[in-house]
Amino acid sequence: MTTTVLPRVNYLNVRTTVASWMLTKDHKRIGVMYLVVVALAFFLGSIMAAGVRIELTTPQGDFVSADTYNRMFTMHAVFMVFFVLIPVVPAILGNFAMPLMIGAKDVAFPTLNLMSWYIFVIGFLFTVAAMVLGGVDTGWTFYTPYSSNASTSNVLLAGLGIFITGFSSILTGLNFMVTIHRMRAPGMTWFRLPLFVWAIYATSLVMILGTPVVAITLFMVVLERAFGFGIFDPRLGGDPVLFQHLFWFYSHPAVYIMILPPMGVISEVIACFSRKNVFGYSFVAFSSLAIAVFGFLVWAHHLFVSGISPYSAMIFSFLSFAVAIPSAVKTFNWTATLYKGAIWWRAPIMWVFGFLGLFLVGGLTGLFLASLGLDVHLHDTYFVVAHFHYIMVGGAIMGFFAGLHYWWPKMTGRMYSNSMAMLAALLVFVGFNLTFFPQFILGYLGMPRRYHVYPEEFQVLNVLSSAGASILAVGYTLIALYLVYSLFRGEEAGANPWLATGLEWKTESPPSPHNFPETPIVNEGAYEYSKREIKVA
Amino acid sequence: MLSGIPLFPEQASTLAPEVDNLYFFVTAVTAFFALLVVVFVVIFAIKYRDPTGERVGAPITGSIPLELGWSIIPFFISMVMFGWATVVFFNIVRAPDQTLEIYSTGKQWMWRFQHIEGQSEINELHVPIGRPVKVIFTSEDVLHALYIPVFRVKADAIPGRYSSIWFTPTRVGEYHLFCAEYCGTKHSGMIGRVVVMEPNDYQAWLSGGGGLSMQARGEQLFQQLGCASCHLPDGMGRGPSLAGKYGAQETLANGATANVDDTYIRESVLTPQMRLVAGYQPVMPTFQGQVNEEGLMSLIEYIKSLPSTGQRAAAQAAAPGPAAPGGPR
Repeated sequence: MTTTVLPRVNYLNVRTTVASWMLTKDHKRIGVMYLVVVALAFFLGSIMAAGVRIELTTPQGDFVSADTYNRMFTMHAVFMVFFVLIPVVPAILGNFAMPLMIGAKDVAFPTLNLMSWYIFVIGFLFTVAAMVLGGVDTGWTFYTPYSSNASTSNVLLAGLGIFITGFSSILTGLNFMVTIHRMRAPGMTWFRLPLFVWAIYATSLVMILGTPVVAITLFMVVLERAFGFGIFDPRLGGDPVLFQHLFWFYSHPAVYIMILPPMGVISEVIACFSRKNVFGYSFVAFSSLAIAVFGFLVWAHHLFVSGISPYSAMIFSFLSFAVAIPSAVKTFNWTATLYKGAIWWRAPIMWVFGFLGLFLVGGLTGLFLASLGLDVHLHDTYFVVAHFHYIMVGGAIMGFFAGLHYWWPKMTGRMYSNSMAMLAALLVFVGFNLTFFPQFILGYLGMPRRYHVYPEEFQVLNVLSSAGASILAVGYTLIALYLVYSLFRGEEAGANPWLATGLEWKTESPPSPHNFPETPIVNEGAYEYSKREIKVA
Repeated sequence: MLSGIPLFPEQASTLAPEVDNLYFFVTAVTAFFALLVVVFVVIFAIKYRDPTGERVGAPITGSIPLELGWSIIPFFISMVMFGWATVVFFNIVRAPDQTLEIYSTGKQWMWRFQHIEGQSEINELHVPIGRPVKVIFTSEDVLHALYIPVFRVKADAIPGRYSSIWFTPTRVGEYHLFCAEYCGTKHSGMIGRVVVMEPNDYQAWLSGGGGLSMQARGEQLFQQLGCASCHLPDGMGRGPSLAGKYGAQETLANGATANVDDTYIRESVLTPQMRLVAGYQPVMPTFQGQVNEEGLMSLIEYIKSLPSTGQRAAAQAAAPGPAAPGGPR
């Protein structure tokens, strides 16, 4: 194990002053800066989750008051959804890896990229202020008229925070789309693009088209709350269900903002560690676009018990089943990629295996909720809570960790402990299932979500859930420990520790400030593992 | 330890077995596919493991027949789910014609139930076994949702609109009733119980106190608020006659038509100019603030009970005794 400082000039050591980070236009540094803010948001969100799980170990409301509980689950979701799940893969890994993967020197608009980070941080600070001043108690969905006139909490601050953060998403999406169109290296045709880039492209489309709607919607809540505009409050002539349509018109596609980029990560990692082409490359690529497009047409499946016409419910149910197909196609293709591979058991692919198991459960339980006759019973119960945690934590966060463990040596130039990372993947997988699987049963039994106090017969399952959450906490803490440790004591990774294809592995680790010594020229597809003789470096 | 935990709530309505059968089907299909993928992943991960990291995989890039197969087969299976679930859904949302109607109002943080016969109760709902019951409800403030797990029914309570759920209880007992849509501080305290009773016990319970029937209270309000001075039964007043109008269609001043239902009546009392009946001047004042949600529901019950002039004549001719207004319930 070596402890020497990496001597070569790279993007991390080229300048080390605080100002050099705060004014950087380097996409790699900006990716790292997002990592810092998102990690902070993840920490805050986790503390809130811990409070929720402690409260729910007993049926009585004996740990915190009802108001505090309501604020905790709301702040948990606000931090996790808007400041972790949405930016975690595109803003961190997308910023760091995507330009490298297409052989570009940077994104198309580096200054705009830095500005997007500042906008994100300003939005984050508004939301942190909302928390510090007492929190928000509306639930992350901000349903009207509760949010627009009944709640006495800091809805304005949090709403503005999310509104502001939305611009960061929009600008990042725009930046990535232009980058992918204009900055590809010579020979990097569309069908030679790594699938992660396709996924980022599809995600950018959703960010640009969807985010303005939620930003405007939350702004309308702010207007109604602050100035009494009658938009959603029936007493002012508004319509509360209109809010739900507008909110989910973005927030359902936002699920795809959260899950498409991790899906891209899975394709990269599974190809690398099975030493094979991704099975059905073009089907995987186009299924990302199909999900992005269909994702815009299913929003009203959140409104099946909100008094919409049963006929429109029928159409949205049909479309929700349809959007499940491209996700199923991806899963089958990933499984087939493993067939006759040469599977190298290293930490990143362990996270992929975890992803596959959890995403499968998350996706398939979505079919229960798309089924109209079942959704009436399951709507707003713990079944829904379990379902979206399987997708968002099981899918998006596992996918992010797969990507972080895959690109960490590239980002830092150091290796982490592989055995520790495999242990962490196992802990998170087990802890996650123990936390959330009992919630499916709770939901079918009829336990409503967002309950501070609950009937005694639900206690055993809730205790299991809280026990699982503590295992999860150990797993996440372990990751933080060995990753930070690797920064100081990790072995030098070298340019290509995984013997991966892909342009990002052709430059040094960490890369130089301008990525490549000279512009790379591409003359083959993304995953031509089987064509090449892999040698140990 | 787990043996003590039920996996399903009791089935206490005719809808519950329908929903559960669908649930078993979807569970079986999804469990099959989940296991299928997991088994393949595990087998491949072990069988094709390469501890050295130096070998390469087989040069397989894809297969069109496989892609088509695993797109089309799941699609058809999901369409079976869609069809079955939609049939169950329509059974859930479409109440039979003859139901026992009970009105309800949700507000932070309680449910009030108003039986037509006059009984009212808070956070408790007494219903008879074996008879279709329809609960018609709204909210006085924010969103709520009325949820009775053992009946497998739920609907949001939305201020300014009426929602409904229906069920035919099949088992005598006491069951949970929850608010399922987050509504603020004591959301988890907005709970109660449903008491399913034998029909005789229900009748006995109904007659134990309670005061005026909703229809009588509606009639009182109709007089007190001065509605009666314009809405003359013969149609000669400043407002349209309301006799026999419930369930009919009205032509509006702007040329559109409106179904005279609970929501339309409620809206016409609170915002009369919104959808004005053709041929009448916009002279009716708003009654916002003068009548509460329960008063509105009583007015609706009263208007429902008004037979058209033709019906009234026929009823009087046919039956010498007092006719049951509004037909059988």
